[in-house]
Amino acid sequence: MFQVRIHGRGGQGVVTGAEMLSVAAFLGGKHAQAFPSFGSERTGAPVVAFCRIDSKPIRLREPIMAPDALIIQDPTLLHQVDVFSGVKSEGYILINTAKTFDALGIGDFVKGFRPERLLTVPATELALKHVGRPVPNAALLGAFAALGGVVTLDAVLAAIKTRFAGAVAQANIAAAAEAHRLVVDARRLAEAHHA
Amino acid sequence: MLEQCEGSHAVAHAVAMCRPEVICAYPISPQTHIVEGLAERVRNGSLERCEFINVESEFAAMSVAIGASAAGARAYTATASQGLLFMAEAVYNASGLGLPIVMTVANRAIGAPINIWNDHTDSMAMRDAGWIQLFAESNQDALDLHIQAFRIAEELSLPVMVCMDGFILTHAFERVDMPEQEQVDRFLPPYEPRQVLDPDEPVSIGAMVGPEAFTEVRFLAHAKQLQALELLPLVAREFKQVFGREAGGLISGYRGHDADTIVVALGSVLGTIKDTIDELRDEGHRIGAVGITSFRPFPTAALRSALIHATRVVVVEKSFAVGIDGIVSRDVSMALRDRPQPVSAVVAGLGGRAITKSSLHRLFLDAMAGQLEPLTFLDLDSGIVNRVLDREKNQRRSGPVAEGILHDIGSVAARIG
Repeated sequence: MFQVRIHGRGGQGVVTGAEMLSVAAFLGGKHAQAFPSFGSERTGAPVVAFCRIDSKPIRLREPIMAPDALIIQDPTLLHQVDVFSGVKSEGYILINTAKTFDALGIGDFVKGFRPERLLTVPATELALKHVGRPVPNAALLGAFAALGGVVTLDAVLAAIKTRFAGAVAQANIAAAAEAHRLVVDARRLAEAHHA
Repeated sequence: MLEQCEGSHAVAHAVAMCRPEVICAYPISPQTHIVEGLAERVRNGSLERCEFINVESEFAAMSVAIGASAAGARAYTATASQGLLFMAEAVYNASGLGLPIVMTVANRAIGAPINIWNDHTDSMAMRDAGWIQLFAESNQDALDLHIQAFRIAEELSLPVMVCMDGFILTHAFERVDMPEQEQVDRFLPPYEPRQVLDPDEPVSIGAMVGPEAFTEVRFLAHAKQLQALELLPLVAREFKQVFGREAGGLISGYRGHDADTIVVALGSVLGTIKDTIDELRDEGHRIGAVGITSFRPFPTAALRSALIHATRVVVVEKSFAVGIDGIVSRDVSMALRDRPQPVSAVVAGLGGRAITKSSLHRLFLDAMAGQLEPLTFLDLDSGIVNRVLDREKNQRRSGPVAEGILHDIGSVAARIG
């Protein structure tokens, strides 16, 4: 089972992001379960949503306390909410920011993590550019698809189409595709540097 | 067809395929996306020959459902929490009149203190109202139980409440196998009422019955529930023939055939319990589970035979009877009343507190070591309790309890687990 926890604020599409991730996993032939943390449906309030992905039916109903991957939609939460609670050192961390982990003040915290699993992408900028609103969820899912073999970009784009229609769908797809490209390019660069 | 969707959406789709003719609902909190989805289908014409009535309260919702059902329409509504309590008088009337209304209860806690989260206190408050109560373990289960509910209700002329965990199921996206309309039509014939307000053959429904026959009317209500005990497994069998999967019936078992310890529960917590049981089985413990699908009528005989070989029974329930004990556990004890097995009540998940695998693991180990009290509150924070008790001991004007606790702990729903 692969467990993803998404942190953000009300209005940033955190819950929709988890739901679309579950749809992408479903389209990839997997079982998936997405659910929000409840009760904080206020614009700007910290929101958490969860997504479990597995090759067999998922029965577990507890919140995800030890995630394999964290998606942080709003870096201002880093010093307000214990977003890293339970995350494993072999886990993935994807943060919506144009800054580095060091610049965010968490360089020391992630020292034991595998560097290729730590990722930033300016998803809000991409959302503003393509969608015209600061809703970074689709772009983050595009970036997430580049991280590992959990979901493919095609599945993420198809999941976006199940949620949005017309121009809004196309704009989110463009944001997700560009975020994906940015991550792939950055990794290629890092690998070349490493080689 | 397989679909990845929200629980509420799955139920709305299933209810629409049952071709309801009147849907009435009070559209604000506590309500779910279920009636929202149905309202959209009525408006865009995809749910034909159905009237959606926005009512002014939950009391009105059930009253309209009663009127619609008495006039011969297949009637549906949904509610939760305080909404269910607000319609309580009409809930009793629906069953007393024998009207086959189907209602979803998206289970939530009852205030005060205000709490919007999941537990079973709402449905349990209506457990003696004469309705059939079915509890869903998953969204697939919820979808399937709704289709069965209309069939059961109309065959018995009794209302059916389908209980699904609020938020945990209603707001969860997961895979469901959505049936075809043709299958639902084959399983659920058009509504043929036993009693109907028909101008061509006028009757009145709802006459007064005095002391000379009221006991007999209530006895007949009880007999009707006992008939349901026979019917539910038959409906489940026929459901399997048409849809090809197991759903409904009275109880379900999990790895219980050779178990010394059997955990009894209802609703979505069964999933987490099953995962915990798998872990404990891997560690060599003989433990299993029984899920109660039909809480009313209570499957006394079926439970008895499922539990009779166990040496101990642990009931995990999201409600309790203040001042006495568990609610489900007392009914389970009744099923085993002349048997020596201890039945322990574990109250868990109140007001949305997460029931975690690690807490259940610890709990079941305690149970198997014979260390479980007859009544346990899972993960009770005694620090919070003791601060309140101290305050009440030391100060005459100790103040409102909920506000005092908030002052002590600082925030609402801030923890992840």
